[in-house]
Amino acid sequence: MNKKPRVLVIIPAYDEEKSIGRVIKEVQENVSGVDVVVIDDGSRDGTVKVAREAGAKVLCHPVNLGPGAATQTGYKYALRHSYELVVQLDGDGQHDPRSIRDLLNVLENESCDLVIGSRFLGDKGYEPYWIRKIGMSFFAALTSFILRQKITDSTSGFRVLNRKAVDFLANIDYPSDYQDADVITLAHFAGFRIGEVPVIMHEDTSGKSLLGGARFIYYGFKVLLSVIVTLLRKKPSRERGK
Amino acid sequence: MLFRQKVFTIILSIGLIIVIFELVRGRKLREEYAWLWMLTGVVVFLLAIWRDLLVSITRWIGAELPANTIFFFGVFFLILINLYFSVKISTLTDQIKKLTQRQAILESLVEKPIRGIKKGNNRSGK
Repeated sequence: MNKKPRVLVIIPAYDEEKSIGRVIKEVQENVSGVDVVVIDDGSRDGTVKVAREAGAKVLCHPVNLGPGAATQTGYKYALRHSYELVVQLDGDGQHDPRSIRDLLNVLENESCDLVIGSRFLGDKGYEPYWIRKIGMSFFAALTSFILRQKITDSTSGFRVLNRKAVDFLANIDYPSDYQDADVITLAHFAGFRIGEVPVIMHEDTSGKSLLGGARFIYYGFKVLLSVIVTLLRKKPSRERGK
Repeated sequence: MLFRQKVFTIILSIGLIIVIFELVRGRKLREEYAWLWMLTGVVVFLLAIWRDLLVSITRWIGAELPANTIFFFGVFFLILINLYFSVKISTLTDQIKKLTQRQAILESLVEKPIRGIKKGNNRSGK
C-alpha cells in the first residue's frame, strides 16, 4: 500500500480577517487530508477567530515579528509534529490553493527538496507593478546565477518543502521579514535541490503589499546584503552527498 | 590646551564617571552595558590630565589642536557604543523571535488536550 505522506499547510497571516477564511476553505477543497495551520503574527483584527471558525489550527505570536518569522514558526510546528511535507502560502488570497497539487507533484516526482511556485513561469496571470517587477527580476537573475539554474520568482512565498528542508530552515537564523533570494541561496548551499512550478497568483487586493513604496529600497538592500554575506560565510554544515 | 578647557573637560569626565557609577549602583544600568561608557569617561579624563599623551596623540593622528583630539575620541567612542548597542539589539531581536515562536507552539500544545482529551489515546503507550 502506498502510504500518503502527512502534509501540513502553513499560512502566515497578519490582519487577514477578510481573506483568511476563504483561503482555508479553498485549501481544504483542493487538497484532501491535509492539516491547516494558520500562524497569526500578532494580528489586531479578527484573523484568529475567523481562522479557527474555518477549521484551522491557529498558532499565535503575541507580538508582530514579520512574515518570515511566522513562516519559520510553521516549520518548527511541522517538525515538532513530524509532518513529512509542508506547503506554505500567504493568507491574503494571492496564492491560489488550486496550484498546491502541482507543487506537491513536482516535489515528489522530480525529487526536489524545495519547490517554489512561480508567477512568471508559464502564462498564468498577473503582472506586477513595473518597479516591483524590476526588483523581482533582479533577484530572480541573481538567484539563477548563484544556483546555475533558472529561477524566475525568488520572491514567491508559495512553496512546498520536504522534511529535510523544513528541518534545515526551522533551525537556521531565518529572516524575520522577507524570505527571498537569501533563503534560496542558503538552501542551495546546504545541498537542497530546488525546483520551480508555474502557479496561479492573483493580484494582491489588500493594498498592503510587502514591497510598497520606500520599503522597496530597504528590501532590495537587505536581501542583497543577506545574499552577499551568505556567499561569504562558511557553507552550512548540512551538506548532502553530491 | 587652555587651563579653562582642561578644568572643564576634567569636571565633565569625572561627572560622567560618577553618573555611570551611580546608575550601576542603583541597578538602573547593567554592568555589561556600563563598561564602554566608563571607558569613554576614563579616556577623556586621561587625555585631559595627561597633556603629553594628548599632544603626542594629536601629532600622531595629525590633528591641529589637542582639543580636536578630545572631540575626536568622544565622537569615536559614541560610534563604538552605538555599534555595540546595534549588536545587542540584534541579539535581543533574535531572542524575542525565538521566544515568540516557541511560546506560540507551546500554547498550541496546551490548548489541544483541553478540548480533545481522550482516554486511551495516549501516545506514550502506557
